[in-house]
Amino acid sequence: MKVDPWNLLAFLVMGMATYACRGGGYWVFRQMKPSPTLRAIMSYIPGTLFVSFVVPALVSGGLQPTVGAAATAGVMLTTRSMPLAIACGVAAAWVVWLLR
Amino acid sequence: MTTPVEAPLPAGPVIIYTRDGMRRGALAALPLLAGLAPFGLVVGITGQGVGMSPLEVGLMSAIVYAGASQLVALTMWTHPPDLVTVTLAAFVVNLRLALMGPVLAPWLSQVTGWRLWGGLFMVSDQNWALSVREMNNGGRDVGYLMGGGIAMWSSWTASTVVGQLVGAFVRPAPGHPLFFAALAAFVCMLTGMWRGRGDLVPWAVATCVSIGVAQLLPGTFWYIVAGALAGSITGGLRDVRR
Repeated sequence: MKVDPWNLLAFLVMGMATYACRGGGYWVFRQMKPSPTLRAIMSYIPGTLFVSFVVPALVSGGLQPTVGAAATAGVMLTTRSMPLAIACGVAAAWVVWLLR
Repeated sequence: MTTPVEAPLPAGPVIIYTRDGMRRGALAALPLLAGLAPFGLVVGITGQGVGMSPLEVGLMSAIVYAGASQLVALTMWTHPPDLVTVTLAAFVVNLRLALMGPVLAPWLSQVTGWRLWGGLFMVSDQNWALSVREMNNGGRDVGYLMGGGIAMWSSWTASTVVGQLVGAFVRPAPGHPLFFAALAAFVCMLTGMWRGRGDLVPWAVATCVSIGVAQLLPGTFWYIVAGALAGSITGGLRDVRR
């Protein structure tokens, strides 16, 4: 059971960055109230972040992830079940993969 | 996800911290664990795909304990990992958590030490939502946050280790459609983040900027940061001006 020291170091710095958000955010916003502008901007971060992650991946990945993403979104919107949506998306991507 | 607002300080009995509150928090989290497990499997399979051992996957989940950021970092994992890239990825993806702690201020401002700083470690999307609901329903027991957090943290870590073992058993080749599960998980989260027509312009800006930066700086992840910042600043400034 190996643990690469560089990987462990990466986990630790990622953990620190994450705790800086969890604990540091509370601490900072107790010292100074975030302005309405900052709050409004931060409220948009989750959505725009995942858009920026997903769309370029579809553009560069081509047909397989695009068909998979369409199937995932379709099942998610109709059933609201994340496990089912992921399974159907992977199955759709798999079909495209087998056909080429 | 709506803009968190400062909840009013509940009047009445003082804030407490009990073992019973921890137990109730853990019980409330149980139904959510079933939804968390598939996501943990995806993270574990992705971790196996970049060559991590079960112990490494478990350590990552236990230390970072933030699934979306783990998945983003794992999709850009190198050997050795680029510390700046993965740290920045963790910071940007988890910046939303900075807004969650202050909402629990009526609870957290009444406790100190590990009850405060340990409780903040347990702030995740789901556990935070449970605790806010409990607090707004008049709950006074801050142990609730820790109890739900321990249940989620331990099952999260375990489910990613199981995912790694599944991946090691199946051994999918690079480019195998099984790895599409990571992208599918983000598509699922995205469908839940659409709040209405107000998101249209920020999301469109994020789309254009991220595609453009991905073309300009191939092989880096700056397109994610650039798209997120451009889109959210556009939306935030527009909302405040209005």
